[in-house]
Amino acid sequence: MANILSPQVAAEQPLAATWQSRLFRSTLNNRSLTIGLLIITSLGVVALLAPWLAPHDPYLQNTANRMVPPFWHDTGSWTHPLGTDRLGRDYLSRLIYGTRISLFIGIVVALISGLIGTTLGVLAGYFGGRVDAVVSYLLTTRLAMPVVLVALAMASLIGGSMLTVTLLLGLLLWDRFAVVARSATQQLRDAEYIQAAQALGCPLHYILLREVLPNIAGALIVVATLEVANAILLEATLSFLGMGVQPPSPSWGLMIAEGKAYMFFQPWVITIPGSALFVLVLAINLLGDGLRDLSAPGGRNE
Amino acid sequence: MSNQSSVERSTAPASPLLSVKQLRVDLPVAKGTLHAVRGIDFHVERGEMLCLVGESGCGKSMTSLALMGLLPRKAQINADCLNFDGVDLLTVSEHERSNLRGARMAMIFQEPMTALNPAYTLGNQLCEALRRHQLVSRKAAHDRALYLLKRVGISAAEERMRQYPHQLSGGLRQRVMIAMALMCEPDLIIADEPTTALDVTIQAQILHLLRDLQQEFGTAVIFITHDLGVVARIADRVAVMYAGEVIETASAQALFHAPSHPYTQGLLRCIPTPSKTLPGSRLQAIPGVVPSLVDKVEGCAFCNRCDHADERCYSTPPLQTVADRHLSRCHFAHQLANPATINAQEVTL
Amino acid sequence: MWAFVFKRTLIALSVALTISVLCFSLLQLSGDLALSIGGPEATAEQVEQIRTDYGLDRPVIQQFTSWLWGAVQLDFGRSYYYQSDVMDLVVERLPVTMTLGVMSLAIALFVSIPLGVVAALKRGSWIDRMAMAIAVTGQAMPNFWFGLTLIILFAVKLQWFPAAGSDSWQGFVLPAIALGYYATPAMMRLTRSGMLEVLEADYIRTARAKGLRTGTVIFKHALRNAVIPVVALAAVELGFMLGGSVVIETVFSLRGLGQLAWNAISRNDYPVVQAIVLIIALFYIVLTLLADILNAVLDPRLRAR
Repeated sequence: MANILSPQVAAEQPLAATWQSRLFRSTLNNRSLTIGLLIITSLGVVALLAPWLAPHDPYLQNTANRMVPPFWHDTGSWTHPLGTDRLGRDYLSRLIYGTRISLFIGIVVALISGLIGTTLGVLAGYFGGRVDAVVSYLLTTRLAMPVVLVALAMASLIGGSMLTVTLLLGLLLWDRFAVVARSATQQLRDAEYIQAAQALGCPLHYILLREVLPNIAGALIVVATLEVANAILLEATLSFLGMGVQPPSPSWGLMIAEGKAYMFFQPWVITIPGSALFVLVLAINLLGDGLRDLSAPGGRNE
Repeated sequence: MSNQSSVERSTAPASPLLSVKQLRVDLPVAKGTLHAVRGIDFHVERGEMLCLVGESGCGKSMTSLALMGLLPRKAQINADCLNFDGVDLLTVSEHERSNLRGARMAMIFQEPMTALNPAYTLGNQLCEALRRHQLVSRKAAHDRALYLLKRVGISAAEERMRQYPHQLSGGLRQRVMIAMALMCEPDLIIADEPTTALDVTIQAQILHLLRDLQQEFGTAVIFITHDLGVVARIADRVAVMYAGEVIETASAQALFHAPSHPYTQGLLRCIPTPSKTLPGSRLQAIPGVVPSLVDKVEGCAFCNRCDHADERCYSTPPLQTVADRHLSRCHFAHQLANPATINAQEVTL
Repeated sequence: MWAFVFKRTLIALSVALTISVLCFSLLQLSGDLALSIGGPEATAEQVEQIRTDYGLDRPVIQQFTSWLWGAVQLDFGRSYYYQSDVMDLVVERLPVTMTLGVMSLAIALFVSIPLGVVAALKRGSWIDRMAMAIAVTGQAMPNFWFGLTLIILFAVKLQWFPAAGSDSWQGFVLPAIALGYYATPAMMRLTRSGMLEVLEADYIRTARAKGLRTGTVIFKHALRNAVIPVVALAAVELGFMLGGSVVIETVFSLRGLGQLAWNAISRNDYPVVQAIVLIIALFYIVLTLLADILNAVLDPRLRAR
């Protein structure tokens, strides 16, 4: 099929008023982006306003009030809308405070791993040759390490805590950033404006930070959303296995672990925190998918 | 299927192999409907070489895909008549259509580098059409493929049969494509710019080969090209397309000697001729651009680029008979036909 | 081709060596091993005793070379907790994990490839949207929670499968679904996008121009080419699954490598942990190597190199 569209046809596309309005419109048109953004924003607000939103102190134990079922059960009550756990702590309040842990760890891990991965990837992509060989080697090595197992072992050595989990995951999850940054930089390396900057004698850090980085930022942001989701899931997994965030912190993974013994008779003890995790991660993935469509309209088939 | 049609062939020898009347192809695009082909008429006689000439975007590839029934699903096709040897291609079922494809009408594509499946051997890909359409043994299909590979000039054919497409050069792959098209002895081959992607020296070889085979097997060929030099070498008849319309049809001889449409004349003027064109002089070009085919084109599509245009050209010109079997879609066709402006000897190189 | 295999093998070997160094230094970084083995109640003499018993008083390099030399001979030392050879423990547990991994992969392939193909063929239809929904939800579900939910639904409520145990094949069904579901989205997306890309290819048009049947065009000409990257991904996913077995085996109480690793981690049984990390990494390295070679076999263009 030859090129049926004459050049004129392509030129006749209407020009949107401003890029802001164009961005706004394409955001609204992108359903997964809108839904994802909406959920994440509301969960962010919940995390920020936790002390005001939580009906009870999430750490307050009340042995007289253990395992109260949520409101939709016959024996449930509105005093504890989502019931209480085995120590009588209010489930809703713990869930609300748990949002903070998940979001914090997700974002900080993505920042740390993003910094490591992007640095390695950009250097490998820009310089190629030996630098690329070293980074590729690091990448292969890193990918060969089973993340959950290594994180578990390290956490048990150092002692599980929120800080440990964050640092460990941050040091482990840089692979995808490196892969994407590397290939994106490779494509840019021969671009004319990069060569122009080189010809003008711009210092290296200027070229990398001002010319390369802004142009690969779109792809990196998509990776970042995926890694936030990944980190949240891994934190929950580590906490579930007892090597992550330690009790009495209201981590969602930990809540599932604590409820495991009761799940056969009171399934809601694991359904509620599990659904919260699911909704949060789903929202982040939707946001990521939406951003990818936005940055490469029609280009990606997924 | 093939038996039945061979009967028809013998009973109605006078009717053309393919006749197309008022073929239209519309494609939905972002800003409306693209009228890629806007009511074209032509016919192909048995065993003749018809060249469909035009610049990219004029609808010639869409026409060929429409004939083969390979248009994208969203494309809309309609015509007053689309008849291939007694079969109405507009109403034929998809099943019968696929029985025709490859068996009685075959196609050669522009890009030999990507037109072959990288995962299978040439032998496999050559034989599968024959095995699909005719009850032949594996051995017979293999022998036929081997014969045709030799016939299209491939040495060590036996070995080539076991090779994969990436092991062949572009020229060789196009030869394989030609052999593939000939596997079932089709009545019609549509060759869509088969030489465009090749080196000039290879181009000439492939053209010779196509012309020889066409005469040897008596196959009709629709040869699609944008290159008038190619047309001059091989065509029996020519149909010139512009902006989704056939604007002039004539025998190759008549077209080069007495072009009667300003666009054809312009095209011929664009060809640099060794004796006439001075070194360093500017090449001739047709000023202006092709109109967008997304909206309805009123009047003559060429009028915005035409030296002769006047107010008459705001109405669509009818097809005018300039001479025997020489039609032109221009209000001024008769005036333009007479002065022979081009020296044909120079064009044919 | 052979040069390619040789080069890849060389890289794989050096990666394996690096990982063994990492595994070993992981142990060294953990502080005084003798103290952690002895536990909080151990007296100073007991700790000294442990130190000489386990050879921890030797220089680090010497400890490493002797450990590595052992590892090459598949001797990973003795478990602190189980008081038996680490390799014996591993060999005992490996079949369970391998069964789980292969079954999970089979489930993932069985779901993702047909779904990906249909989604690509019926692009934009309800089945495409359903496939994408499965992909999006699959990636968002924590697999331990999905496993627990499967237990509640199919083991407790419906009682179709046992909730735990690796005595019969039924015991593997739920864990394999839980583990396989996690790998499905990526493979399905890859099949779908691969099919969409291949269906646009010129050689598909050639195949159709030959009048081949739709089935031949899709399965012989399109799928064969679209599936090549999926095969490579499948090998890599199997490696990830072996790593992910820690979680699933713990949830379903399967006596496999992952559960052994978790038990060893929670009991500071480092020789076992080291051995399992190294073994799973080796599996991954071998699988990616196989994936590369398999790719070359499936794609004639790569074979020529």
